[in-house]
Amino acid sequence: MTLDALVRMANQIAANQVHLPPDEAASRVADHVRLFWTPGMRQELVDHADAGADDLDPVVTEALEQVRTTIPAP
Amino acid sequence: MTLLHDPDLGTPAKPGESSVNVVVDGVEVTVPAGTSVMRAAALAGVDVPKLCATDSLDAFGSCRLCLVEVDGRPGTPASCTTPVAPGMSVATQSPKLQKLRRGVMELYLSDHPHEESGCRPNGGCELHDLADSVGLTDVRYGFSGANHQTSTTDASNPYFAFDPTTCIVCSRCVRACDEIQGTLALTVEGRGFESVISAGGLPFMESECVSCGACVQACPTTALQEKTFIEFGMPDRTVKTTCAYCGVGCSFNAELRGDEVVRMVPSKEGGANEGHSCVKGRFAWGYATHRDRVTTPMVRDSFRDEWREVSWEEAIGFTVDRLRAIQSESGPDSIGGITSSRCTNEEVFVVQKMVRAAFGNNNVDTCARVCHSPTGYGLKQTFGTSAGTQDFASVDQSDVMIVIGANPTDGHPVFASRMKRRLREGAQLIVVDPRRIDLVRTPHVEAAHHLQLLPGTNVAVVNAIAHVVVTEGLVDRDFVAERCEADSFAQWEAFIARPENSPEATEAASGVPAAELRAAARLYATAGNAAIYYGLGVTEHSQGSTMVMGMANLAMATGNIGRDGVGVNPLRGQNNVQGSCDMGSFPHEFSGYRHVSDNAVRELFETVWGTALESEPGLRIPNMFDASLAGIFRGLFIQGEDIAQSDPNTKHVVAALSALDLLVVQDLFLNETAKYAHVFLPGTSFLEKDGTFTNAERRINRVRPVMDPVHGKHEWQVACEIATAMGYPMDYDDASQIMDEIAQVTPTFAGVSFDHLDKVGSIQWPCNDAAPEGTPIMHVDGFVRGKGHFVETPYVPTDERANRKFPLILTTGRILSQYNVGAQTRRTANVEWHEEDVLEIHPHDAEELGVADGTWVALASRVGETQMRAQITDRVPQGVVYTTFHHPESGANIVTTEYSDWATNCPEYKVTAVRVRPASVSDPKGSAEPVDVTT
Repeated sequence: MTLDALVRMANQIAANQVHLPPDEAASRVADHVRLFWTPGMRQELVDHADAGADDLDPVVTEALEQVRTTIPAP
Repeated sequence: MTLLHDPDLGTPAKPGESSVNVVVDGVEVTVPAGTSVMRAAALAGVDVPKLCATDSLDAFGSCRLCLVEVDGRPGTPASCTTPVAPGMSVATQSPKLQKLRRGVMELYLSDHPHEESGCRPNGGCELHDLADSVGLTDVRYGFSGANHQTSTTDASNPYFAFDPTTCIVCSRCVRACDEIQGTLALTVEGRGFESVISAGGLPFMESECVSCGACVQACPTTALQEKTFIEFGMPDRTVKTTCAYCGVGCSFNAELRGDEVVRMVPSKEGGANEGHSCVKGRFAWGYATHRDRVTTPMVRDSFRDEWREVSWEEAIGFTVDRLRAIQSESGPDSIGGITSSRCTNEEVFVVQKMVRAAFGNNNVDTCARVCHSPTGYGLKQTFGTSAGTQDFASVDQSDVMIVIGANPTDGHPVFASRMKRRLREGAQLIVVDPRRIDLVRTPHVEAAHHLQLLPGTNVAVVNAIAHVVVTEGLVDRDFVAERCEADSFAQWEAFIARPENSPEATEAASGVPAAELRAAARLYATAGNAAIYYGLGVTEHSQGSTMVMGMANLAMATGNIGRDGVGVNPLRGQNNVQGSCDMGSFPHEFSGYRHVSDNAVRELFETVWGTALESEPGLRIPNMFDASLAGIFRGLFIQGEDIAQSDPNTKHVVAALSALDLLVVQDLFLNETAKYAHVFLPGTSFLEKDGTFTNAERRINRVRPVMDPVHGKHEWQVACEIATAMGYPMDYDDASQIMDEIAQVTPTFAGVSFDHLDKVGSIQWPCNDAAPEGTPIMHVDGFVRGKGHFVETPYVPTDERANRKFPLILTTGRILSQYNVGAQTRRTANVEWHEEDVLEIHPHDAEELGVADGTWVALASRVGETQMRAQITDRVPQGVVYTTFHHPESGANIVTTEYSDWATNCPEYKVTAVRVRPASVSDPKGSAEPVDVTT
């Protein structure tokens, strides 16, 4: 997958939750990613965050804590 | 089947509340008050002779053939203009009437070619038919008097000819152009004997005529006739079917002579079009038998190799061997498919089933990804399902309509004619569009407000409209309290009332004057029935889904949902966008918009299909491209879609396609995408298909085969054979069995079957036990989701902005005569109207850049550059340029970018920062050539 595309998509989802408190925004981002992203895409972004990514919106970083629990075991 | 003619009752229906009993030639009949005597007679089974009357037009009373006698009344009134009265007794036949009619017909015939010579020997002349019916063979006046028999035929239109020698100046063509089409291109010039039908004094092709053909259909003689009818003669059989172009979904009677299509006649029984059509549907069907059709399967090891023609068996074997090898090497998720909105529901359903059940993953997406996927997301969030709320007829009850990001006269012309008719009756119009579309000002129609916003600021504008509604006390509190969620409304109301959403605050971003926007908002909220119609100018933005939800919020807040004349209505681009979405083409949901993670739903499919199914969403189209470039997605089946031309950032798409180990294309023609394919499977045109299309008003229409598939296989059969060869047996006797399966697993289609459709003509889903005849208007007593859900819609500007390097904003659209990537319409005479895409540019920008009208310009964005001719026009505002994407030579999508809607990844086609400069050579770039995947 193109990591740049995943980062951009995730940050854009977060940007559209700007009206919400951060924790609620993070939950919305996590829900959206769970419903519409493949497990592989989710895993790749979680791995990116775990590697210390500095290009993720803080709301995305928080959301990924919820996202990682939705990824099925390989 | 024999040749069918829609019955003609002479004058339009008058749906009066009271009824009247009359007697016609001794037959008693009950009709609505206001009905004409002519129509009452027809309903009683009595045919009154007529020439200037037809039931698609208001009565005119000029031909004097429909005279009748009414007991107790003097004279012989024209039955077409005489309304029925209680107890009226009418005689349509008497010696006196016979004599009068013969006299009138003699006058007509004295200036009319003999049937055997000038008038068509093929038939089709109602005047001669009438003369025959009364046994009129001789004309007392002779034929040597002054006449029009030396007039010359206007054959300038590629599809029909106008022969004035057979014209009786009955005005049916003029009235059809006025009343049905609403273009008002025709008139009667001159007086008395000098009267002639004229297209404004010009040949038809140079006139305002849009070639809809309504005049041809209305003509009672052979003066206006299809050239195919002149060439092939009177057809001898009819097949009822559905147009394959836009989302209006017009019903047609395909008229054939033997196996040759003579003409397509729009059906009055068609619920969507009621007898009207456009230049594409009526005339541009010749592509189906175009010499470019590929009718033999072909394979090649590399897309750089020459094609090799093979048998179906070998092509399917080649495909399946490679798919299996890829999955063996890279896992089950390494392959997928894309369905097409140009294919039937049954074809689409079978392809998504092939992917989910035989490929074993959910990597299936559809071309709606790049057009109306935000509609699916937005309307599901707010209303509970992905569908327009109204039928087309609803607009007849609208008092005000907002058209946002749509150009109906070009994209959905038959519905546009209906809109214009309502607007001429007095409804008001608000247009929200950066470009001055025709509806803004067209004969007898002028928008009350044109909110000429800057591309990319839709959400700012809809929020500002809602802000006015909320802060000026225009909310329909009763509707909201009864029908919507109290909590979500309260949150939304507080959000939308914030100062940053006011028209004054958003003016700087949107460019829409606050006072004009306030006036438009008040009109929408207070005029009565208010309807929203929208197109891709809403969805193809970085906030496409937000905008859909913003419109839904607005409609709910003002109570404009759940009855005639209101609603939120997507105008779907392709004929079966609604259907392809309904059929479970998206990677996250099964048919009927149910998520793949829903265990109960998935278990239903697993039971019916007899196999385990994946519970996680699959790849969307843009994800497929990225995954291909990453080497983890290696095999793709594409059903009837030309993504190399239609999808954004052509270079990126081509690189992704080039990286695939197997690309299978099923299509009519070797399109741009097929340049990178390893397998080409011939597809079927709409004239060969057997199935259903679902139009923008959720109307399921039958598509009946006019001819057998030219290569012997229906498309669904090919998908079944691939699935079976993959190890998952799929087999149906015919397409009706596929619909039966759709109905079995899809609650909104539970009552749909081919038998039912054959009985009732068409059905609007939901069709089930609760609504056995379908549902013309949704959310009448409650929303599909229960209570309407308001969603806060913050305006987030797109990252794609004009800058010093790319100072203009490009937006894209369609033109009337062409359709999408042009694969069909470019192979018809429609190219005479639009032989190339051009760049519309404002005079100020053109002057600053040194661009002259009609000269070549280079159009560049941060992702690519192409060339096309400039057209200087003030249709576009300063700072905005516009083009269409119908021709691969100019390839508009070479410059559009990878940016997309935040929720659905629908591409942001409508906003691209570009620069324009004069080009020194008239050498368009052409479509993107195969590129090295390492570049």
